[in-house]
Order: sequence, then C-alpha cells, then structure tokens
Amino acid sequence: MGTWTWFHKLSSPPHFYRIAGQLIPWFAIPAALLIVAGIYGGLVRAPADYQQGDAFRIIYVHAPAAWLSLMCYTVMAVAAAVGLVWRIKLAHALAAATAPIGASFALLCLATGSIWGKPMWGTWWTWDARLTSQLILLFLYLGYQALRSAYDDIGKADRASAVLAIVGVVNVPIIHFSVNWWNSLHQGSTVLRRGGPAMPASMLVPLILCFFGFTFLYAALACVRVRAEVLRRERNAHWLQDLAGRRGRTESST
Amino acid sequence: MILATTAPLRAAGLVLRRDLALAFRRWEQVTHPVVFFLMVATLFPLALNPKPSLLADIAAGVVWVSALLSSMLALETLYRADVEDGTLEQLTLTGQPLALLLLAKTVAHWILSGLPLVLAAPVVAIAFGADAAANAVLMTAIALGTAVLSLIGSVGAALTLGSRRGSVLLSLLVLPLIMPVLIFGARATALAMHGESAEGPLWLLGALLILALTLTPFASAAAVRISLE
Amino acid sequence: MADAVDAHLVADHLHLWRGQRHVLRGLYVEARAGEFIHLKGANGTGKTSLLRTLAGFLWPEEGEIRWCGQPVGRDRDGYAVAMAYLGHENALKGDLTALENLHYATNLRHATPQSAQRAVLERLGVAAQADLPTRVLSAGQKRRVAMARVLLSRATLWLLDEPFTNLDTQGVTDLAALVAEHTRQGGIALVTSHAAIALAEGQVRELVLA
Repeated sequence: MGTWTWFHKLSSPPHFYRIAGQLIPWFAIPAALLIVAGIYGGLVRAPADYQQGDAFRIIYVHAPAAWLSLMCYTVMAVAAAVGLVWRIKLAHALAAATAPIGASFALLCLATGSIWGKPMWGTWWTWDARLTSQLILLFLYLGYQALRSAYDDIGKADRASAVLAIVGVVNVPIIHFSVNWWNSLHQGSTVLRRGGPAMPASMLVPLILCFFGFTFLYAALACVRVRAEVLRRERNAHWLQDLAGRRGRTESST
Repeated sequence: MILATTAPLRAAGLVLRRDLALAFRRWEQVTHPVVFFLMVATLFPLALNPKPSLLADIAAGVVWVSALLSSMLALETLYRADVEDGTLEQLTLTGQPLALLLLAKTVAHWILSGLPLVLAAPVVAIAFGADAAANAVLMTAIALGTAVLSLIGSVGAALTLGSRRGSVLLSLLVLPLIMPVLIFGARATALAMHGESAEGPLWLLGALLILALTLTPFASAAAVRISLE
Repeated sequence: MADAVDAHLVADHLHLWRGQRHVLRGLYVEARAGEFIHLKGANGTGKTSLLRTLAGFLWPEEGEIRWCGQPVGRDRDGYAVAMAYLGHENALKGDLTALENLHYATNLRHATPQSAQRAVLERLGVAAQADLPTRVLSAGQKRRVAMARVLLSRATLWLLDEPFTNLDTQGVTDLAALVAEHTRQGGIALVTSHAAIALAEGQVRELVLA
C-alpha cells in the first residue's frame, strides 16, 4: 500500500517536480564520479590495444553512448505507451524529455565512431553495422521530434508521437538484425568492436564504469528535463503559481 | 445492445470496393505513382553514367529505391480525402472494428499504388540490363515490399493527418522504418539477377509482411482516432 | 429503431480542455426518449465540442457519458451503432452518386435495400438527384443526402451539428419536422443551430451553453 501511494504521488506533477528536484544530485554526483573514474581508467590505466593502439580508447565513450541511445529509445517508447494506455501525462513528459537525450547519445556515438574511423581507415565514415544502425536510430529520433513539433496541442503531440514510438521500438530489433545481416553480406568493416578477442579486466572495468556513469547521467538529465516539461505543461496550474508566488515572497523578504 | 448487423468482413469488403470504385472514376490519377517510379529510375543513368556494366550493377538498388519513393509519395492520398469530406470520422462510428476497415483501405491503396509497381518494375530492370529470368523474384519481392510499406505507411499517414507539414513529415517518419524492407528486397533482387537463389531474403520479406499485417492495423486505428480529436 | 423504450443519455459533469481552453466545465446534460434538445450558445461556447465528445471523438478529461445506464466506454461499438452523427462535413464522396454514397454508408452498419434508400431520398426531396454524382448537387441538396444517411441509420440517438446549414426556409421546416417525428417515435435528438427551431408543439427543449 505504501509503495502504491508513493507511485501514485509520483504521477502527480507537483509531487514529481519536488521529488525529481531532490533526486538530481543523487544521480548527478555518482554519474560524475563514475564517468571520471571510467575515463581515467580507460585513458590512462588501461593498456593500449595490440591491434589498434591508442585509438581504440574512444570505445569508452562510443560503446556506452550506443547502449544509452538504445536504452533511451526503449524508455521513451515504454513511457509513451504507459502515457497512452493509462493517460498519465507525466509519462508523456518523460518520453518527450528522453528523446533529445537519446538523440544526443546517438549523435555522440556517430561522432566518436567517425573519429575512431579516421585514423583506422582514413575516412570519416564507414558503413559499419553499428554506425549504420545508430544512424537509422538517429533518424527515428529525428522523426519523433518532427512529429511532436508538428502539433501545437501538446496532448495530441503526446499521443501521436506515442504511437510512433511504439511502432519504432518494435522496429528497432528488426532494423538491427537487417543491418547486421546486410553488413555481413558485404564484408563491411566490422572491426569497430572492442579491441581484441577477450578484454582483460583493466580494459573491461573502466568500460563498465562508463556504462553505469552514462546511465546515471541520463537519469540526472531526465530529471532536469522532465521538470522543465512539467513547468511548460502546467504553467497555468495553481500549484505552480503558488510555488512561484511563495518563492517570490521569500526572496523579497530577504 | 444491438450490434451492427453487417458482418465485419463484409463491411471491410464494402470499404475496399468503395475506395477502388472511387479511384477508377478518376483513373488517370492511378497512373501517377507508376510515372513517378519511371521518372525516378531515369534519374540514375542521367546522374551517373549510362554504361551498361554500371547500370547492371545498380539495377536492383535503383528499382527498389524508386519503388519505395513512389510508394511513399502515394501514401499521402490514403486518408487525406476522407479527412476532408468527413468520411473517415464516420468510419469510426460504424460499430465495426476500425482496424479491419483501415486494413481494407490500405489493401485498396496497395492495389492502386503498389500493384502497378509490381508490373512496372521488370520494365525498369530490363532497361538497366538485368536478366529477364530474375523478373519472377523481382515482382514477388516488390509485391511483398510495397505491401509492407503500405501497411507501415498507413500508420505514418494517420499520424500526420492533422499536421500542417504533409508529405515531407510523412517521409521522415516512414523511411527509417522501411529500411529493413529495402535491405531484404534489394538483396533478393540482386541475388536473382546474378542467377542465385533468393529464398532467404524472400522469406524474411514474407515474415515482415506477416508482422506488419498483424500489428499495423491496430496502430493505424489508434493513430486515426488520435488525429480525429 | 431498437431499444427506444429505455433510450437515455447522460453526460455527467464533463470537463474538456482543447489545448489550454477549458471548453466544457462540469457540464451536465440528460436526455430521455422523445426529447428534442436544441443546443444554443454563442460561437466558441463548446456546442460542437460537446457533440463531438458525445459522439466519441473527444475524450473528456473528467466526467462520464452514460447511454441507457451503462458508461459508454464499456461498449463503444454498441453505443456507436445506437447513435448517428452529422457533423459540419456531409461525409459524401463527390464522385459517387447520392444512392451509391448511401449504399456504402448504410450497409456498413446493416443491410439496407436500395428501395429503402430511394424512399428516404424521396422523403427529403432529393429523389431526382439520386443518380447524380454528389459533387454536382447544390449545398442544400448535399445536406439533405447527408440527412438521409442519418435517417437510414436506424439510430436512436441523433447528434446533429448545424443540420440546417444551406437549407432554405421550407427545407428547415421540413427537416425540423423530421427530427421531431424521430423523437416522437422514441428517439433522442441533440441539435445545434444558430437559427431558432420553430415547431408549433413547443416540444423542443433549449439548452444554452455559456
């Protein structure tokens, strides 16, 4: 009963606004620590790859970014589905907030992949399986954003983009599979993977740290963005005006 | 509570027949997707090099890209007229399963825009120097691929009904979703053109079609209801 | 029509927002069999929104709609069949004849013989236009054909949004009489109209939205 009340409170905008605000440091600080530790471990402590030298180190950003972009799309689709089926506006706000974060991760993955490719292959772009998949994922994100911005009514934008996100999330594994299949046919450069057949612990541990660090980063960013969405959507609501009024009074009294 | 006494399948048949009857009253419009298809295919030799060996190499890809672009353009017409004259909202009030009625509309749309491409594709393939023996596989693959495209596209078309942006937005939404169709379809065609068995990719296309048939009508129905708000 | 005896519509404290506008604010409407309700109000007071909410296109954020005692959400298809909606658009295909339009529209719900369709067109005064493509008809004639669809729908609840648009005075009177007859037979009609609905018996209940 306690858990359910807590969950119910979470889906009410004023409570979520407050709770999310309190949670931000709990996500941001671990994120910073994990990422710093992971990057330090990856750039300084891990040995150079026997094949690719120091260039492979970009994997410490590239791989977590790829993972996060996929995770964000899933979160976005699930949140959108929850919002659509149970008509919870906050779920829609989470989907809206997650989309740009996920798109940024996809872009980061593409950029780091490109930077990786240049010293390796001399070209800024290779039609590698992962990069092509991430590119298509980025297109999916862009399409989602485009659909959202096409509607002035936020409710309609929420619901329409929710259907799109659900169709997209079903498609993502299919796209993944078909791109891998396509890539294997044409002997594409499949070497943008982790360096070497087996990763020693000194290489693996920083990677895992970065994975978790990026995940916490997402959580922190999501809290910030959802609060911003709540502000935007509820700007005429009483609770928000009270909050602003109360703050204003406190400030003017100091 | 009385339910509609017409059986759902019969109702779907009525919707299908109405759309086909309407299209054939202005049947010159039915030819537009095919003409567009032929024009796009013509762009490639003009932009590149009409050297036979090059054209034969790119034949499969050109046919598929042109077919997909033509189908995408035709998707605009799926719901637009019905929204403007109020027919679409009446479809939601018949008491019949909306997903089924929309599936009937999509089938009609495919007959009018996809099926002609199935017949026109061999023409382009041969113009690019491909072996006529590959035509059976080509036509099957195009039939399957355009069907999947119509189904996925119907969701996109429903989602973009109420927006001002029209067909560019529709393309942005639908193109990433149909890249697997392109990959499997073009591969099947290329294999056939090289005299090899195209079974694998054809089965994959078939699987995509079955998946699309079972899932997209419900997404379309949800999208249409959202658009009518 | 079926279930005319216990036909009963309740819109229970509906709240509806269109974007940022609070269009319906706790609206309560009750309609029983035999009632002809004229929805009045200035532009923008939510008449069309109310009809569209009752028709199921819009979902109220709060409140419930009940048909014959049951919440409408429980049997959407059953409710849809018991109801006929006429919006601002006529829902006619211009390239099809009036008869063909009716054929498709009515048979989607239940089998309707062509003779019945012709009879209703006659009743509405557009029998001569039955075999013409509707795009050549005048605006008033199109409205009548659209009304024919409502008549043939065997629906108990009629939701008519500005049905008198483009009709001449005789047409308005005839149509009002037709709707009144429907309610006399146990049906319910909710009609929006800018004009007054002149019916001698005074059985029209007016509902003003503000």
